[in-house]
Amino acid sequence: MLKKLKLRRSHALIFGGITIIGMVIWLWLSYQNKQKWPQTFGYGKTATQQDITKWDIDVRPDGKGLPEGSGNVADGAIIYTNKCAACHGADGKEIKGVKLPGPPLVVGGGKTKTIGNYWPYATTLFDYVRRAMPYNVPGSLTNDEVYSLCAWLLNENKIIKANQIMNARTLPKVEMPAQKLFIVDDRKGGPEVK
Amino acid sequence: MEQQDKPVKATEKKISRRTLLGGALATAILPVTSVFAKYIQVGVPAIPDPTKQPGPLPGKVGTRSPFESPVKKPSDISSRTPLQDLYSTITPSDLHFERHHAGVPSIDPNQYELLIHGMVERPMKFSLHDLKRFPSVTRTCFIECAGNFRTGKEDMTVQEILGLTSQSEWTGVMLSTLFRELGVDPKATWFLAEGGDAAVLTRSIPIRKAWDDAMIVYAQNGEAIRPEQGYPARLLLPGWEGNTNVKWLRRIEISDAPYFTREETSKYTYPVKDKIRMFSFEMDARSIITYPSFPQTIERGWIEIRGIAWSGRGKVVKVEVSTNAGKNWNEARLQDPILEKAHTYFRHLWHWDGSETEILSRVTDETGYTQPTLKQLIDARGKDIGGYHMNPVTAWRVKRDGNVVFKPENHK
Repeated sequence: MLKKLKLRRSHALIFGGITIIGMVIWLWLSYQNKQKWPQTFGYGKTATQQDITKWDIDVRPDGKGLPEGSGNVADGAIIYTNKCAACHGADGKEIKGVKLPGPPLVVGGGKTKTIGNYWPYATTLFDYVRRAMPYNVPGSLTNDEVYSLCAWLLNENKIIKANQIMNARTLPKVEMPAQKLFIVDDRKGGPEVK
Repeated sequence: MEQQDKPVKATEKKISRRTLLGGALATAILPVTSVFAKYIQVGVPAIPDPTKQPGPLPGKVGTRSPFESPVKKPSDISSRTPLQDLYSTITPSDLHFERHHAGVPSIDPNQYELLIHGMVERPMKFSLHDLKRFPSVTRTCFIECAGNFRTGKEDMTVQEILGLTSQSEWTGVMLSTLFRELGVDPKATWFLAEGGDAAVLTRSIPIRKAWDDAMIVYAQNGEAIRPEQGYPARLLLPGWEGNTNVKWLRRIEISDAPYFTREETSKYTYPVKDKIRMFSFEMDARSIITYPSFPQTIERGWIEIRGIAWSGRGKVVKVEVSTNAGKNWNEARLQDPILEKAHTYFRHLWHWDGSETEILSRVTDETGYTQPTLKQLIDARGKDIGGYHMNPVTAWRVKRDGNVVFKPENHK
């Protein structure tokens, strides 16, 4: 009888203990739940295709983002003279002793970082010229004008021939001389100076 | 009601008197720079005895003492922080360095929108009001331009050598909070950040940074972010090169490849031996003594050498100071709190006996990296080292007469 009672008492203790622990966990969980973020806050609006098209002007090396249109070297020469030469010089080359407001674009003497010896992808040319040039009227060039400028610059840098047309299909295929030189920084910290 | 009106009128009267006083005060003082950011006053003395005349009354916006005039040093494309004039690690917002690619755009906060699209379940746009409704985070960290290194002559200030680093307390929303809202495709590996300036500047950022500690910030040092710093909102990538912290952020496109924009190919890349290194994001550990430095002069006796140290890879663990041209190194005291990816203030007490010497500092960060010398950097990367990601130990020469000058080390 006494033994049974002891057993019951110990059972009660165990069950009671479990209940208390359970309560604590439940309370803790419910507190955590209040701290949890909602699945969604619901702020902001869904962007329409029109919203995206208005601003989505980037171009990737694989050609993703390049628009329709085309350009050629001869047209590029005229556009360059009218809209770029004021800052980059008549032929896009470095002029000894003259500090141009824009960097040289065409390989001349020396080791200046030009399109011909430093830019790894031709698509970057289209992307940058269209978004940021000419400096005083950025974003004012038509897609055809930008393709033509790319053609002229690539031809001046002896990367494409004078009769090559630049468009969404040909531009990503242009192989830039500097591309093989580029390596991704693999440093992760640590004592080594690299 | 009448009683309430009276004090208001009295205040209005006082404002006009105060304005007059303030105006008289300002015109009476022409600050002239002296040593260690002290300014002496020339011309008509302001008030011979300030205890005998009440001063201007409280105003709507505070001003610096007319005896103090720390200023940024602008060029055509950037404006440098006068680090030698600051006493600790927070850069006053109006002295935070600037780097522009087509000037500071004027953006109406009511018209502002941030578009996020690409590899997401639901492309979205957020107004500034929307961004401010999200749970916010505040953190202190530096931003440093990757092209923050100049050398060449003895009479160079800290500002001229490396004034393209500044620190603020930034407030905004974690980028991960927004990304969760949109449902980002798990296959996404990069995102493109685009500014709303006239250069429509873009950078490709590995998506791991978005899940780690990237933020979109709309406040700086407690107030709305300054236009020069990206008003109304900019990207903040703690510890990463300044250019990636795209200002006036208007668009993010989530992608599975980098875009190789002009800013990550033609710029912000540098020769390493016979290769060109790209996508260097973290700013390496660096330190500089800001006092004493050029054009300050020192006197014999006890001098507290002071400066800042930082690492884009984590916390500063140790700063060492040498007062004998690098022969011996002493561990400097670090000012708490030592924050991750933040300027950390250091101090070292030194007794100068009047002899000619060189003083220099070097930092070690928590990855075990110790700030290298210029020679170590050249040995590692080659002679054609370029100007990006340069963090060499900088030495100051202390002359017998107490003049302090920069020790230029030409590397070309």
